Amino acid sequence: MFFKLTPTTGQPLYLQLMQQIRHATETGALQDGDQLPGIRTLAEELVVSPNTVAKAFSELEHGGLLELRQGSGAFVCVKRRTRSLADHVQVARRQLRDLIERLRDDGLSNEEIQRAFEAELLYPVEMVRKR
Amino acid sequence: MTNAPVILTHDLAKSFGDAAAVRGLNLSVGANRITAFLGQNGAGKSTTIKMLLGMIRPSCGEGTVLGKRITDPEENREMRRKVAYVAEDKPLYGYMTVEQTIRFASSFYPDWRDAVARRLLSEYKLPPQRKVKKLSKGMRTKLALLLAFARRPELLILDEPSEGLDPVGIEHLLQMLVTQAAEGVAIFFSSHQIAEVERIADQVCILDNGRLLLDASLDHLRQSYRRIDLVFESAPPEREFRIMGVEKIQSKGHQMSVFASGNAEAVIEHARDLNAVSVEVAPVGLRDIFLETVKEN
Repeated sequence: MFFKLTPTTGQPLYLQLMQQIRHATETGALQDGDQLPGIRTLAEELVVSPNTVAKAFSELEHGGLLELRQGSGAFVCVKRRTRSLADHVQVARRQLRDLIERLRDDGLSNEEIQRAFEAELLYPVEMVRKR
Repeated sequence: MTNAPVILTHDLAKSFGDAAAVRGLNLSVGANRITAFLGQNGAGKSTTIKMLLGMIRPSCGEGTVLGKRITDPEENREMRRKVAYVAEDKPLYGYMTVEQTIRFASSFYPDWRDAVARRLLSEYKLPPQRKVKKLSKGMRTKLALLLAFARRPELLILDEPSEGLDPVGIEHLLQMLVTQAAEGVAIFFSSHQIAEVERIADQVCILDNGRLLLDASLDHLRQSYRRIDLVFESAPPEREFRIMGVEKIQSKGHQMSVFASGNAEAVIEHARDLNAVSVEVAPVGLRDIFLETVKEN
Protein backbone atom coordinates (compact mmCIF):
# COMPACT_ATOMS: atom_id res chain seq x y z
CA MET A 1 0.00 0.00 0.00
CA PHE A 2 1.12 3.51 -0.73
CA PHE A 3 0.13 6.27 1.63
CA LYS A 4 1.02 9.92 1.32
CA LEU A 5 0.62 12.26 4.26
CA THR A 6 0.73 16.02 3.75
CA PRO A 7 1.84 17.98 6.83
CA THR A 8 0.36 21.31 5.69
CA THR A 9 -3.28 20.55 4.88
CA GLY A 10 -4.74 21.61 8.21
CA GLN A 11 -5.77 18.09 9.02
CA PRO A 12 -4.06 15.89 11.63
CA LEU A 13 -1.81 13.27 10.03
CA TYR A 14 -3.54 10.38 11.80
CA LEU A 15 -6.85 11.46 10.22
CA GLN A 16 -5.24 11.56 6.78
CA LEU A 17 -3.87 8.06 7.29
CA MET A 18 -7.26 6.81 8.50
CA GLN A 19 -8.97 8.24 5.44
CA GLN A 20 -6.42 6.75 3.08
CA ILE A 21 -6.74 3.30 4.62
CA ARG A 22 -10.52 3.58 4.51
CA HIS A 23 -10.35 4.76 0.92
CA ALA A 24 -8.10 1.82 0.01
CA THR A 25 -10.69 -0.60 1.36
CA GLU A 26 -13.39 1.16 -0.64
CA THR A 27 -11.49 0.94 -3.90
CA GLY A 28 -10.43 -2.63 -3.21
CA ALA A 29 -6.74 -1.80 -2.98
CA LEU A 30 -7.00 -3.28 0.52
CA GLN A 31 -9.20 -6.33 0.89
CA ASP A 32 -10.63 -8.37 3.71
CA GLY A 33 -7.86 -10.21 5.55
CA ASP A 34 -5.01 -8.12 4.10
CA GLN A 35 -2.24 -7.33 6.52
CA LEU A 36 -0.89 -3.82 7.02
CA PRO A 37 2.71 -3.13 8.05
CA GLY A 38 3.29 -2.81 11.79
CA ILE A 39 3.22 0.57 13.52
CA ARG A 40 6.98 0.89 13.59
CA THR A 41 7.49 -0.18 9.95
CA LEU A 42 4.80 2.11 8.63
CA ALA A 43 6.03 5.04 10.75
CA GLU A 44 9.57 4.56 9.41
CA GLU A 45 8.27 4.29 5.86
CA LEU A 46 6.15 7.45 6.10
CA VAL A 47 8.69 9.20 8.36
CA VAL A 48 6.04 10.25 10.86
CA SER A 49 5.79 9.83 14.61
CA PRO A 50 4.83 6.26 15.60
CA ASN A 51 2.01 7.86 17.61
CA THR A 52 0.43 9.03 14.35
CA VAL A 53 0.21 5.46 13.02
CA ALA A 54 -0.80 4.04 16.41
CA LYS A 55 -3.65 6.53 16.73
CA ALA A 56 -4.92 5.87 13.19
CA PHE A 57 -4.80 2.10 13.77
CA SER A 58 -6.56 2.26 17.10
CA GLU A 59 -9.32 4.54 15.75
CA LEU A 60 -9.83 2.22 12.78
CA GLU A 61 -9.93 -0.76 15.10
CA HIS A 62 -12.57 1.06 17.09
CA GLY A 63 -14.58 1.53 13.91
CA GLY A 64 -14.23 -2.16 13.05
CA LEU A 65 -12.16 -1.69 9.90
CA LEU A 66 -8.94 -3.07 11.35
CA GLU A 67 -8.23 -5.92 13.66
CA LEU A 68 -5.07 -5.51 15.72
CA ARG A 69 -3.45 -8.76 16.73
CA GLN A 70 -0.82 -8.70 19.40
CA GLY A 71 2.59 -9.13 17.84
CA SER A 72 1.42 -9.84 14.30
CA GLY A 73 0.12 -6.48 13.14
CA ALA A 74 -3.07 -5.05 11.72
CA PHE A 75 -5.52 -6.89 9.50
CA VAL A 76 -8.22 -5.40 7.34
CA CYS A 77 -11.76 -6.56 7.95
CA VAL A 78 -14.14 -5.31 5.30
CA LYS A 79 -17.71 -6.24 6.08
CA ARG A 80 -20.78 -5.58 3.99
CA ARG A 81 -21.18 -2.20 5.67
CA THR A 82 -18.05 -0.84 3.98
CA ARG A 83 -19.10 -2.30 0.65
CA SER A 84 -22.31 -0.31 0.81
CA LEU A 85 -20.15 2.67 1.71
CA ALA A 86 -18.26 2.01 -1.51
CA ASP A 87 -21.58 2.21 -3.34
CA HIS A 88 -22.31 5.51 -1.61
CA VAL A 89 -18.98 6.81 -2.81
CA GLN A 90 -19.84 5.75 -6.35
CA VAL A 91 -23.13 7.63 -6.18
CA ALA A 92 -21.45 10.68 -4.64
CA ARG A 93 -18.88 10.73 -7.43
CA ARG A 94 -21.59 10.77 -10.07
CA GLN A 95 -23.31 13.65 -8.26
CA LEU A 96 -20.05 15.54 -8.02
CA ARG A 97 -19.34 15.01 -11.69
CA ASP A 98 -22.75 16.47 -12.55
CA LEU A 99 -22.23 19.41 -10.22
CA ILE A 100 -18.79 20.17 -11.60
CA GLU A 101 -20.15 20.03 -15.14
CA ARG A 102 -22.87 22.54 -14.23
CA LEU A 103 -20.32 24.86 -12.62
CA ARG A 104 -18.13 24.68 -15.72
CA ASP A 105 -21.18 25.51 -17.84
CA ASP A 106 -21.65 28.54 -15.60
CA GLY A 107 -18.17 29.62 -16.65
CA LEU A 108 -16.14 28.69 -13.56
CA SER A 109 -12.60 27.52 -14.12
CA ASN A 110 -11.23 24.31 -12.60
CA GLU A 111 -9.14 26.37 -10.24
CA GLU A 112 -12.13 28.36 -9.01
CA ILE A 113 -14.15 25.20 -8.51
CA GLN A 114 -11.29 23.59 -6.59
CA ARG A 115 -10.85 26.63 -4.35
CA ALA A 116 -14.58 26.71 -3.61
CA PHE A 117 -14.54 23.01 -2.75
CA GLU A 118 -11.56 23.33 -0.46
CA ALA A 119 -13.01 26.35 1.29
CA GLU A 120 -16.35 24.58 1.85
CA LEU A 121 -14.64 21.45 3.15
CA LEU A 122 -12.82 23.49 5.76
CA TYR A 123 -16.06 24.68 7.31
CA PRO A 124 -16.74 22.92 10.57
CA VAL A 125 -19.37 20.19 10.35
CA GLU A 126 -21.81 21.86 12.77
CA MET A 127 -21.97 24.98 10.69
CA VAL A 128 -22.73 23.16 7.47
CA ARG A 129 -25.68 21.55 9.22
CA LYS A 130 -26.90 24.92 10.46
CA ARG A 131 -26.83 26.47 7.04
CA MET B 1 0.10 9.36 27.74
CA THR B 2 -0.27 8.38 31.33
CA ASN B 3 3.47 8.34 31.92
CA ALA B 4 5.06 11.04 34.03
CA PRO B 5 6.73 13.86 32.06
CA VAL B 6 10.37 13.20 31.16
CA ILE B 7 11.20 16.88 31.54
CA LEU B 8 9.51 19.21 33.99
CA THR B 9 10.60 22.71 34.92
CA HIS B 10 9.16 25.27 37.27
CA ASP B 11 9.97 28.97 36.79
CA LEU B 12 13.37 28.02 35.44
CA ALA B 13 15.51 31.08 34.71
CA LYS B 14 19.06 31.93 33.73
CA SER B 15 20.79 35.28 33.47
CA PHE B 16 24.29 35.97 32.28
CA GLY B 17 25.18 39.21 34.05
CA ASP B 18 22.38 41.64 33.20
CA ALA B 19 21.18 39.61 30.24
CA ALA B 20 18.28 37.25 30.88
CA ALA B 21 18.56 34.20 28.61
CA VAL B 22 15.68 32.18 30.05
CA ARG B 23 12.82 33.80 31.98
CA GLY B 24 10.56 31.71 34.19
CA LEU B 25 10.20 28.67 32.00
CA ASN B 26 7.47 26.14 32.83
CA LEU B 27 8.05 23.22 30.56
CA SER B 28 6.50 19.77 30.61
CA VAL B 29 7.72 17.25 28.05
CA GLY B 30 5.78 14.01 27.79
CA ALA B 31 7.14 10.46 27.60
CA ASN B 32 6.37 8.41 24.49
CA ARG B 33 6.43 11.39 22.20
CA ILE B 34 8.57 13.46 19.89
CA THR B 35 8.71 17.05 21.09
CA ALA B 36 10.22 19.83 18.99
CA PHE B 37 11.73 22.90 20.61
CA LEU B 38 11.58 25.88 18.24
CA GLY B 39 12.93 29.37 18.57
CA GLN B 40 15.07 31.98 16.85
CA ASN B 41 18.80 32.09 17.43
CA GLY B 42 19.35 33.43 20.93
CA ALA B 43 15.85 32.52 22.10
CA GLY B 44 17.33 30.49 24.97
CA LYS B 45 16.97 26.95 23.61
CA SER B 46 20.56 25.82 24.15
CA THR B 47 20.73 27.50 27.54
CA THR B 48 17.58 25.64 28.56
CA ILE B 49 18.95 22.32 27.34
CA LYS B 50 22.26 22.88 29.15
CA MET B 51 20.41 23.64 32.38
CA LEU B 52 18.34 20.47 31.99
CA LEU B 53 21.52 18.44 31.65
CA GLY B 54 23.17 20.09 34.63
CA MET B 55 25.87 21.71 32.52
CA ILE B 56 24.99 25.20 33.69
CA ARG B 57 23.32 26.20 36.91
CA PRO B 58 19.92 27.94 36.82
CA SER B 59 19.78 31.45 38.33
CA CYS B 60 16.48 30.44 39.86
CA GLY B 61 13.68 27.96 39.50
CA GLU B 62 13.92 24.21 39.44
CA GLY B 63 13.39 21.24 37.24
CA THR B 64 13.57 17.48 36.89
CA VAL B 65 14.67 15.22 34.05
CA LEU B 66 13.40 11.63 34.31
CA GLY B 67 12.34 12.56 37.82
CA LYS B 68 15.88 13.56 38.88
CA ARG B 69 16.49 17.09 40.12
CA ILE B 70 18.72 18.99 37.70
CA THR B 71 20.62 20.86 40.40
CA ASP B 72 21.54 17.82 42.47
CA PRO B 73 24.94 16.46 41.32
CA GLU B 74 24.24 12.92 42.48
CA GLU B 75 20.81 12.70 40.85
CA ASN B 76 22.25 14.42 37.80
CA ARG B 77 24.84 11.68 37.32
CA GLU B 78 22.12 9.04 37.55
CA MET B 79 20.00 10.89 35.00
CA ARG B 80 22.86 11.29 32.52
CA ARG B 81 23.22 7.51 32.30
CA LYS B 82 19.69 7.32 30.85
CA VAL B 83 19.84 10.39 28.62
CA ALA B 84 21.66 10.65 25.29
CA TYR B 85 22.55 14.16 24.19
CA VAL B 86 23.72 15.61 20.90
CA ALA B 87 25.18 19.06 21.56
CA GLU B 88 24.81 22.02 19.25
CA ASP B 89 28.56 22.43 18.67
CA LYS B 90 29.14 18.63 18.43
CA PRO B 91 32.17 18.62 20.74
CA LEU B 92 34.51 15.76 19.85
CA TYR B 93 38.21 15.19 20.36
CA GLY B 94 39.92 16.33 17.17
CA TYR B 95 43.01 14.17 17.64
CA MET B 96 41.04 10.91 17.76
CA THR B 97 40.04 8.95 14.69
CA VAL B 98 36.40 8.11 14.03
CA GLU B 99 36.99 4.55 15.18
CA GLN B 100 38.79 5.63 18.37
CA THR B 101 35.99 8.08 19.15
CA ILE B 102 33.38 5.32 18.85
CA ARG B 103 35.40 2.91 21.01
CA PHE B 104 36.04 5.64 23.57
CA ALA B 105 32.32 6.55 23.81
CA SER B 106 31.19 2.92 23.95
CA SER B 107 33.19 2.34 27.13
CA PHE B 108 31.14 4.98 28.98
CA TYR B 109 27.68 3.63 28.42
CA PRO B 110 26.16 0.37 29.65
CA ASP B 111 23.33 0.83 27.13
CA TRP B 112 25.73 0.89 24.15
CA ARG B 113 24.66 -1.20 21.14
CA ASP B 114 27.66 -2.22 19.09
CA ALA B 115 25.62 -3.61 16.19
CA VAL B 116 23.81 -0.29 15.75
CA ALA B 117 27.10 1.63 15.90
CA ARG B 118 28.59 -0.56 13.17
CA ARG B 119 25.50 -0.32 10.97
CA LEU B 120 25.43 3.49 11.26
CA LEU B 121 29.16 3.74 10.59
CA SER B 122 28.62 2.11 7.22
CA GLU B 123 25.32 3.88 6.47
CA TYR B 124 26.87 7.26 7.22
CA LYS B 125 29.93 6.31 5.14
CA LEU B 126 32.24 7.67 7.83
CA PRO B 127 35.93 6.88 7.24
CA PRO B 128 36.95 4.95 10.41
CA GLN B 129 40.63 5.94 10.24
CA ARG B 130 40.14 9.65 9.65
CA LYS B 131 40.95 12.08 12.45
CA VAL B 132 37.92 13.95 13.76
CA LYS B 133 39.55 17.33 13.06
CA LYS B 134 39.72 16.41 9.35
CA LEU B 135 36.00 15.62 9.12
CA SER B 136 33.59 17.91 7.27
CA LYS B 137 30.84 19.62 9.24
CA GLY B 138 28.25 17.13 8.00
CA MET B 139 30.46 14.17 8.93
CA ARG B 140 31.05 15.59 12.42
CA THR B 141 27.29 15.85 12.87
CA LYS B 142 26.85 12.28 11.68
CA LEU B 143 29.49 11.03 14.10
CA ALA B 144 27.81 12.88 16.98
CA LEU B 145 24.46 11.38 15.97
CA LEU B 146 25.99 7.92 15.77
CA LEU B 147 27.29 8.24 19.33
CA ALA B 148 23.77 9.07 20.52
CA PHE B 149 21.82 6.59 18.40
CA ALA B 150 24.09 3.68 19.33
CA ARG B 151 22.79 4.00 22.86
CA ARG B 152 19.41 2.90 24.11
CA PRO B 153 18.48 5.81 26.39
CA GLU B 154 15.13 6.67 27.96
CA LEU B 155 15.38 10.21 26.68
CA LEU B 156 17.18 11.61 23.67
CA ILE B 157 17.95 15.34 23.65
CA LEU B 158 19.27 16.86 20.44
CA ASP B 159 20.31 20.47 19.93
CA GLU B 160 20.13 21.39 16.23
CA PRO B 161 20.81 17.83 15.05
CA SER B 162 20.39 18.56 11.34
CA GLU B 163 23.12 21.18 11.18
CA GLY B 164 25.42 20.62 8.21
CA LEU B 165 23.42 17.69 6.86
CA ASP B 166 22.29 17.49 3.23
CA PRO B 167 18.68 16.47 2.38
CA VAL B 168 19.60 12.77 2.29
CA GLY B 169 21.29 13.09 5.69
CA ILE B 170 18.27 14.92 7.12
CA GLU B 171 15.92 12.21 5.84
CA HIS B 172 18.09 9.54 7.45
CA LEU B 173 18.14 11.51 10.71
CA LEU B 174 14.35 11.77 10.74
CA GLN B 175 14.03 8.05 10.11
CA MET B 176 16.41 7.33 12.99
CA LEU B 177 14.34 9.57 15.27
CA VAL B 178 11.18 7.69 14.27
CA THR B 179 12.91 4.37 14.92
CA GLN B 180 14.07 5.52 18.36
CA ALA B 181 10.58 6.80 19.17
CA ALA B 182 9.10 3.45 18.11
CA GLU B 183 11.45 1.79 20.59
CA GLY B 184 9.94 3.91 23.34
CA VAL B 185 12.61 6.61 23.60
CA ALA B 186 11.23 10.06 24.43
CA ILE B 187 12.71 12.67 22.09
CA PHE B 188 13.26 16.36 22.72
CA PHE B 189 14.99 18.26 19.94
CA SER B 190 15.61 21.83 18.88
CA SER B 191 15.61 22.67 15.20
CA HIS B 192 15.31 25.39 12.60
CA GLN B 193 14.07 22.89 10.03
CA ILE B 194 10.38 23.64 10.42
CA ALA B 195 9.27 21.53 7.46
CA GLU B 196 10.96 18.50 9.02
CA VAL B 197 9.62 19.23 12.49
CA GLU B 198 6.15 19.40 11.00
CA ARG B 199 6.48 15.86 9.69
CA ILE B 200 7.62 13.96 12.74
CA ALA B 201 6.85 15.93 15.89
CA ASP B 202 3.89 15.14 18.14
CA GLN B 203 4.30 18.26 20.23
CA VAL B 204 5.77 21.70 19.54
CA CYS B 205 7.17 24.18 22.05
CA ILE B 206 8.04 27.67 20.82
CA LEU B 207 10.51 29.66 22.88
CA ASP B 208 11.12 33.35 22.28
CA ASN B 209 13.19 35.76 24.27
CA GLY B 210 13.50 33.19 27.07
CA ARG B 211 9.76 32.63 27.37
CA LEU B 212 7.54 29.77 26.29
CA LEU B 213 5.01 31.20 23.84
CA LEU B 214 3.36 28.04 22.65
CA ASP B 215 3.14 24.43 23.80
CA ALA B 216 0.68 22.43 21.75
CA SER B 217 0.26 19.19 19.87
CA LEU B 218 0.62 19.39 16.09
CA ASP B 219 -2.79 17.73 15.76
CA HIS B 220 -4.27 20.62 17.69
CA LEU B 221 -2.39 23.25 15.66
CA ARG B 222 -3.52 21.67 12.40
CA GLN B 223 -7.13 21.60 13.50
CA SER B 224 -7.29 25.03 15.09
CA TYR B 225 -5.17 27.52 13.14
CA ARG B 226 -6.82 29.09 10.13
CA ARG B 227 -6.33 32.10 7.91
CA ILE B 228 -9.67 33.55 6.88
CA ASP B 229 -9.67 35.93 3.94
CA LEU B 230 -12.70 38.16 3.67
CA VAL B 231 -13.94 40.71 1.16
CA PHE B 232 -16.49 43.38 2.09
CA GLU B 233 -18.51 45.84 -0.01
CA SER B 234 -17.27 48.71 2.11
CA ALA B 235 -14.35 49.20 4.47
CA PRO B 236 -13.78 45.99 6.46
CA PRO B 237 -15.24 46.22 10.00
CA GLU B 238 -11.96 45.27 11.69
CA ARG B 239 -13.12 46.02 15.19
CA GLU B 240 -16.01 43.56 14.95
CA PHE B 241 -13.50 40.74 14.64
CA ARG B 242 -11.50 41.25 17.82
CA ILE B 243 -12.86 38.05 19.32
CA MET B 244 -11.41 35.07 21.11
CA GLY B 245 -8.95 33.13 18.99
CA VAL B 246 -8.22 35.98 16.59
CA GLU B 247 -4.50 36.70 16.81
CA LYS B 248 -4.09 39.20 14.05
CA ILE B 249 -6.14 41.22 11.57
CA GLN B 250 -4.83 42.92 8.45
CA SER B 251 -6.91 45.07 6.12
CA LYS B 252 -6.22 46.44 2.68
CA GLY B 253 -8.94 48.16 0.67
CA HIS B 254 -11.98 45.90 0.70
CA GLN B 255 -9.97 42.90 1.84
CA MET B 256 -9.37 41.69 5.34
CA SER B 257 -7.25 38.78 6.48
CA VAL B 258 -7.81 37.19 9.88
CA PHE B 259 -5.20 34.97 11.50
CA ALA B 260 -6.93 32.76 14.07
CA SER B 261 -5.46 30.29 16.54
CA GLY B 262 -8.91 28.83 17.06
CA ASN B 263 -12.59 29.71 16.95
CA ALA B 264 -12.52 29.98 13.14
CA GLU B 265 -16.21 29.00 13.01
CA ALA B 266 -17.17 32.12 14.94
CA VAL B 267 -15.13 34.31 12.59
CA ILE B 268 -16.84 32.77 9.57
CA GLU B 269 -20.29 33.11 11.10
CA HIS B 270 -19.52 36.70 12.02
CA ALA B 271 -18.35 37.42 8.48
CA ARG B 272 -21.61 36.07 7.06
CA ASP B 273 -23.66 38.13 9.52
CA LEU B 274 -21.74 41.21 8.41
CA ASN B 275 -22.44 40.40 4.76
CA ALA B 276 -18.94 39.57 3.62
CA VAL B 277 -19.09 39.07 -0.15
CA SER B 278 -16.33 36.46 -0.08
CA VAL B 279 -15.14 34.14 2.67
CA GLU B 280 -12.14 31.91 2.09
CA VAL B 281 -10.62 29.66 4.74
CA ALA B 282 -7.14 28.20 4.51
CA PRO B 283 -5.08 26.06 6.89
CA VAL B 284 -1.92 27.55 8.38
CA GLY B 285 1.37 25.67 8.28
CA LEU B 286 3.80 25.48 11.18
CA ARG B 287 6.17 27.96 9.50
CA ASP B 288 3.49 30.67 9.52
CA ILE B 289 2.40 29.78 13.03
CA PHE B 290 6.00 30.11 14.17
CA LEU B 291 6.58 33.42 12.36
CA GLU B 292 3.33 34.96 13.56
CA THR B 293 3.85 33.79 17.15
CA VAL B 294 7.37 35.15 17.31
CA LYS B 295 6.44 38.40 15.55
CA GLU B 296 3.53 39.08 17.91
CA ASN B 297 5.91 38.80 20.84
